[in-house]
Order: sequence, then structure tokens, then C-alpha cells
Amino acid sequence: MDLLSIVSQLGSGMLVSVEIFFCTLLFSLPLGLLVAFARMSKVKPIQWLAKLYISVMRGTPLMLQLMVVYFGPYYIFGMRISTSYRIIAVMIGFAVNYAAYFAEIYRGGIESMPVGQYEAAKMLGYSKPQTFIHIIFPQVVKRILPSITNEVITLVKDTSLAFVLAVAEMFTLAKQIAAAQTSMVPFIAAAVFYYLFNLLVAVIMEKIEEHMNYYR
Amino acid sequence: MSLLEARHVKKSFDGLEVLKDISLTVEEGEVLAIIGPSGSGKSTLLRCATMLEKMDDGDLLYLGEQAAKSVSGQAEYAKTADLKRMQGYYGLVFQNFNLFPHYSVLKNIMDAPVRVQKRDKHEVKEKALRLLEKMGLSDKADAYPCQLSGGQQQRVSIARALAMNPRVLFFDEPTSALDPELTGEILKVIKELAAEHMTMVIVTHEMSFARQVANHIIFMENGVIVEEGTPDHVFSSENARMQSFLGKFRQD
Ligand SMILES: Nc1ncnc2c1ncn2[C@@H]1O[C@H](COP(=O)(O)OP(=O)(O)O)[C@@H](O)[C@H]1O
Ligand SMILES: [Mg+2]
Repeated sequence: MDLLSIVSQLGSGMLVSVEIFFCTLLFSLPLGLLVAFARMSKVKPIQWLAKLYISVMRGTPLMLQLMVVYFGPYYIFGMRISTSYRIIAVMIGFAVNYAAYFAEIYRGGIESMPVGQYEAAKMLGYSKPQTFIHIIFPQVVKRILPSITNEVITLVKDTSLAFVLAVAEMFTLAKQIAAAQTSMVPFIAAAVFYYLFNLLVAVIMEKIEEHMNYYR
Repeated sequence: MSLLEARHVKKSFDGLEVLKDISLTVEEGEVLAIIGPSGSGKSTLLRCATMLEKMDDGDLLYLGEQAAKSVSGQAEYAKTADLKRMQGYYGLVFQNFNLFPHYSVLKNIMDAPVRVQKRDKHEVKEKALRLLEKMGLSDKADAYPCQLSGGQQQRVSIARALAMNPRVLFFDEPTSALDPELTGEILKVIKELAAEHMTMVIVTHEMSFARQVANHIIFMENGVIVEEGTPDHVFSSENARMQSFLGKFRQD
């Protein structure tokens, strides 16, 4: 089997990996902000809950979390799980896991903002939501972008963990083809794919950072 | 009617009494200077007057409207909506400017009048450009705060406060974060505002400036007003604390 046919077989896996990647970001970035707010809440029980959530998500393997999300409904509620639930379970698992990491990044960024920015906004009559949306958040984004980039790069590689639920993403397919062909080539092709994907991510994130460099 | 009236203001921070029964009034067109050693409670007084900080006890009135009222030894604040309206009567210029770094100079000045006061964009822009001209910063409208010197940033922050059309403007040591050679440009701007009868309350360490610009001076120490009156009265005071404070400045 030549390289071209291996790559074409891996093609559909690439799409699934990319899909997992984007869906995770789409859900975990806003969810992370919500968790960050909960974590900074003045209401203690909400704060504790968010703390527990973050610590569990960061303290247990993502692979295990994916399995819990997938098999949980059956073992806990006795629900029947269909195979189409696999990809959904993967997305849920990734989104809630990454939200925990993003929450801590947001929190760090928000807490690093000087109190003078809030006070200046208050003196000018901005409401609390206006202050956050127009004054604080844009500056937080600039501050946390390097940390976000780190997580995003990790996410590209983490998408391969979806293999535990036999979702036909890049790595799952590479393993299958490698086993069938008794060849290393699919793995090398997969490695090249992840590497190029991350290169692209790094370039894009760098562009965004540059774009925000108009102020200090 | 006084623009601002504060009566018997008390404020403690975890047991430390920072303001012990301070009263002051500010009339329309008046310039009040507040002087005193550092740690005497000047910033806290300004922060209580501008409601960045809640006082423990006392009355606070803007244009005769009660923002806070002393009820059995505790300050009771008015409803949020009323407070918000009263906040529109004044502006505050911070020691360290607190400009919004992600906004251009023009946007720093225009954003609140447009977004908060819902004023017409063109009217606000005209006003902002006029203020920038007055501050000698016409060429900096599109610059970002990080591209400006400290003195320029402070002038932008004065323009930002003025764009809101406040009735009274508070300054908390507007020059103390600046290099000595830059303080002059800020003092000049404040003197110009005084000449236009802008009502101002200025905390400052610049004694000769306070003497020139103020109609009324308050000398504070350890959370109490030790001496107050016209500049001539305060600067020729026989009060020992006042004398020693002024003596320190003469030596400097
Ligand atoms: N937020 C705060 N928490 C605790 N102590 C404070 C706070 N703000 C001011 N203080 C204390 O109050 C006193 C007066 O401070 P301040 O009003 O800043 O004085 P000044 O502006 O005259 O130098 C100081 O002893 C200061 O440490
Ligand atoms: Mg001070």
C-alpha cells in the first residue's frame, strides 16, 4: 500500500480530529469563562463547587473522563447508549475538561487586572457588565493569549485520546491501518499531521498576538 | 446651595480610624485644596466623597441631594439609581491616570459620554477634540496611552473626566506620579480650569500651587482637619502642626 492511499484513508480521521478540536474550543472557551465567574463568586457554595469541578477535571486523566462520560449514562442511569453517542461523549468530555483549564487561565487574567481600571470605569459611570465587556475582558484576552495558545496546542495532541471510545479520528485510524499493514508509515503520517496542525495553530495564534500588540 | 456637602465623615479600615469626623463644603466655582502629610487620610476622604469607598458614618450631599445619611451612627446610602445619577455630577482624576490602555486617546475620552451618557457621537467628538486642543494634545488623538509621557497621559485623563461635563472635578495628587519636570504642565492645566471657574477639589503636595489656585485650603493630619481657611490664613497659621508641616516643605 502506497503513501497516497494511506493518507487518503487517514483523511476522514483528520476531519474528525479537526472537528473535535474546533467543537472543544467552541464550547470550552465560553464554558471556562462561566466556571471562572463561579470560581470567583462571592457566594461560597458556588465558589466551592467550581473549585471542586476544576480540581477533579485537572486531577484525573482526560482518558478516564471520556470513558465516564460515555459509559456513565449506562452504568449510572441504566440508559442504552448508541454508537452515535461516542462522538458526542468525546465532545462533552473534552469541553468540560478544557473548560476547567481555561477557567483558571481566565481567573488568573481577570485577577491580574489593576483595580484602577475598575475604579476609572466606575467614575465614568460604566455599569458592571459594561465595565467587564468593554474595559476588562479585552485586556484580559491580551494577557492570557500565551497561556491559551499552550492549551490549544495541547488540545491538538489530546484529540488522539478519542481513540479510547473508538471514535474514528486520526490516531484511531492510524493504529488500525498500522496493525493491518504491519507498517510504521501510518504512524509517521499521523505524526506529520499533528505536527503540521500545531504549526498552523502556532502561526495563527502568533498572528492574533501580533494583532493585539497595538497597545501595551 | 452647595455642590458638595460632607458632614461628620468617619471611616475605619479594620479598626484603624482613618477619618475621624471630617466635614467640608464645596461651593459652585470654588477650588478646594486638601494638604497634609501622607497617611493622613486625604485619599480616603476623596474616595469617600466620590463613593469609591463607603464611609462608616456621616452625611454626603450633592447639590442638596442626599447620597448618604447618618442614621443612628451609620451612613445609609441612597438607592443605587439615585447614587448613579449623583455620580454623574463629578469626575475624578487619579494619581496614576488609569487610562484604558486598549483605547486610543480619542476613544478614551469619547467612550463614556457616548456609551454611558448616550450623547450624540458627533457632538462628543467635537467636544473631545476641543478638549484635546486645550490640553495641547491635538496631534495625539489617535495615539495609545502607552505612546504618551506621564504628563500627556494625565492631561488625557483630565480631558476624559471633563468630557463627561462634571459639576465638580476631584484630583488625587495628580502630579505625584510624574517626573518633576512634567508636573508644571499639569498644574498649568488645572490653573486654566480654575480661571474658567471649574469647581475642583484637589489633593496636592505642591504647596505654592495650592496657595495660588485654591480659594479654600484644608490641612489634614491623622484623619482630622487641623487647620482650614483661605490660603493666606492657612499659610500664616500659628498652629504648631501646620507650622511643622510647612517647615518641612520649606526645607525641601
Ligand atoms: N483600603 C485600605 N485598607 C486598609 N487601610 C487603608 C486602606 N486605604 C487606606 N488605608 C490606610 O489609611 C490611612 C490613610 O491613607 P490615605 O487616605 O491613603 O492617606 P493619604 O492619601 O493622606 O496619604 C493609611 O494609614 C493607609 O494605610
Ligand atoms: Mg493619597
